[in-house]
Amino acid sequence: MLFRQVDEPGLASIETYRRLGGYRALERAYRELDPQDLLMGLEDSGLRGRGGAGFSMGKKAGFLPRGDMEKYLCCNADESEPGTFKDRELMQKNPHQLVEGCLIAAHAAGARYAFIFIRGEYWEIADILDRAVAEAYEAGLAGENILGTGCAVDLVVHRGAGAYICGEETALLDSLEGKRGNPRLKPPFPAIQGLYGGPTLINNVETLSNVPHIVNNGADWFKGFGTEQSPGTKVVSVSGCVQRPGNYEIELGMPAREIVEGLAGGPPDGRKVKAWFPGGSSAPVLEDAELDLPYSFEAMAEAGSMLGSGAIIVADETVSIPELALRTARFYQHESCGKCTPCREGTNWTVKMLERVATGDATPMDLDIIASVQENIIGHCLCVLGDSMAMPIGSMVKRFRVEFEEHIERARMEGPAPFHLQPAELPAAVSA
Amino acid sequence: MSELPELRPTDALAADERRELIASMRPEDAEPVPELHEVDVPPELRERMETAMSRYPQLRSASIPALWAVQRHYGWCSPDGIRQAAAVMGVTPGYLESVATFYDLFHTKPQGRHQVLVCHNISCWMRGADRLLEAFCDAAGVDPAEAEHGGASSADGEFYVKGFECLGACDIAPMASINETYVGPLEEADAATAVEQLRSGAEALPEKALERRPAAGGTEPSPDPRVAEVERG
Repeated sequence: MLFRQVDEPGLASIETYRRLGGYRALERAYRELDPQDLLMGLEDSGLRGRGGAGFSMGKKAGFLPRGDMEKYLCCNADESEPGTFKDRELMQKNPHQLVEGCLIAAHAAGARYAFIFIRGEYWEIADILDRAVAEAYEAGLAGENILGTGCAVDLVVHRGAGAYICGEETALLDSLEGKRGNPRLKPPFPAIQGLYGGPTLINNVETLSNVPHIVNNGADWFKGFGTEQSPGTKVVSVSGCVQRPGNYEIELGMPAREIVEGLAGGPPDGRKVKAWFPGGSSAPVLEDAELDLPYSFEAMAEAGSMLGSGAIIVADETVSIPELALRTARFYQHESCGKCTPCREGTNWTVKMLERVATGDATPMDLDIIASVQENIIGHCLCVLGDSMAMPIGSMVKRFRVEFEEHIERARMEGPAPFHLQPAELPAAVSA
Repeated sequence: MSELPELRPTDALAADERRELIASMRPEDAEPVPELHEVDVPPELRERMETAMSRYPQLRSASIPALWAVQRHYGWCSPDGIRQAAAVMGVTPGYLESVATFYDLFHTKPQGRHQVLVCHNISCWMRGADRLLEAFCDAAGVDPAEAEHGGASSADGEFYVKGFECLGACDIAPMASINETYVGPLEEADAATAVEQLRSGAEALPEKALERRPAAGGTEPSPDPRVAEVERG
């Protein structure tokens, strides 16, 4: 659905996009549909947010207060979750699909301003979006008096400057207001009090890219894909130890093994999957046996993990879990904004303890302390960045405790050598 | 600007020194919003900032675009550049500095001309990012330990290399962002080639640029009849 015609030459230009049926949904939304009907349609479709939390998009939009006031739409394109690269490809290959989705959602939400907050590292992608937005303005599809209906929506591409935390919705708002990207206390939720204090609808790139298709084909058509509780398709980013890393658009509910071993080719040289993150590096890790579960919001939650951003990261038998844990923890230590103590201190001490594991200076008791630190982070901060470290690290220590203990013992006996298990030589990614 | 006293990290101060320092700080000493006539802001830089300011309902939203403009113009967010941006935007330099120091992509120190960010997050690490980062450091003459922890520039001022957190391109792992263009998947030998190309003024590894890569799975039409039906319209 989202990826159809993705390799059509020139899809990024408005001519090609319109030739393939683009902006029909926008015309329908602005000319024929009332914003309330649009919202109803989105809620009926059961579309769940594709950014990580999986909250119903229509419901979120429904929280916006009615009435005459400045409301805002923000598209969260600050895709920074390790392992996630779906939004990048969606914007790079089909920027108009997102522009159309943003303009329709802004109409539904009654927003005068719409912003696409894109991470600063995606400079070349932001250039593509800038061109697409300019083309939409020229064609009279954005700006003042859209399609002659008198509706006005201004769409601005806002480049961030490199901070994982800005993917968190309230930090994104602070950053968009020109401040340091620190998360805010919730409630009030952004739908009530968001950007510049006005009601704000924030959605992920993939969520908004789905909107034109739902408007065109109806909620029932959308519900024909996927499972009852996770309708629609999902773009899954598969990376790590697989032969064909890349983005795959699947129906939710497809067995995870078919994605990892079928579509992505599985680990090279017949090696086995040791651990995998089902939803970016913030998701608790699962093991080989759990690849047989259906890949959906509800099945991943039941297995004690989460679908998150839909980024599957695969580690095979050659990967050392203690080092994987240290790498993961270092990322969150670096990206913690420092506002809440459990996250700021917790990420720091977790890294220090995992470094002790690496050098053999740790004792098995340290593993218990690591586990208890993680438990004390979860749920104790303004945002979920701390939890995002605590969940995977906690799960690794729990599931692979023996490997941690063996590693400490070996490092202690043989001196503070770096990790013994180095990632084996992998063939360069096979181009698709 | 008045002469600044020598700055020392507050951690290194003794308790009474710290108390004395705090007592000596007065609100009226804080640098106020600079007047436009006090700064010498290049016209094209000012225009870029003002364009950014006009795009938002509130002026302050332009602080990140303004800092980008400063960094593009001077190569880094220099104190003078920040002061100019503050004058144009009508905010204090301290405010903009607090923003500039928060974000990884803003440089508050001068850095090498070509920027090479090597992703060293887990997906790239599992595919050999550490060796790739070392290869870039070797080729560019940058200290690998510094590059891994916070980034470092080469002595000749040509290169800035940094081990960066996930750049969102794990499909082309291991990868790097060279002068803001994504390239990958890279082999160790590519590092030397890229450095050579940049030195000679050429584009680095154009054949490995992300934008030239087709989507995974290829251009086959969808086998799903429901999608096919819609595609036929």
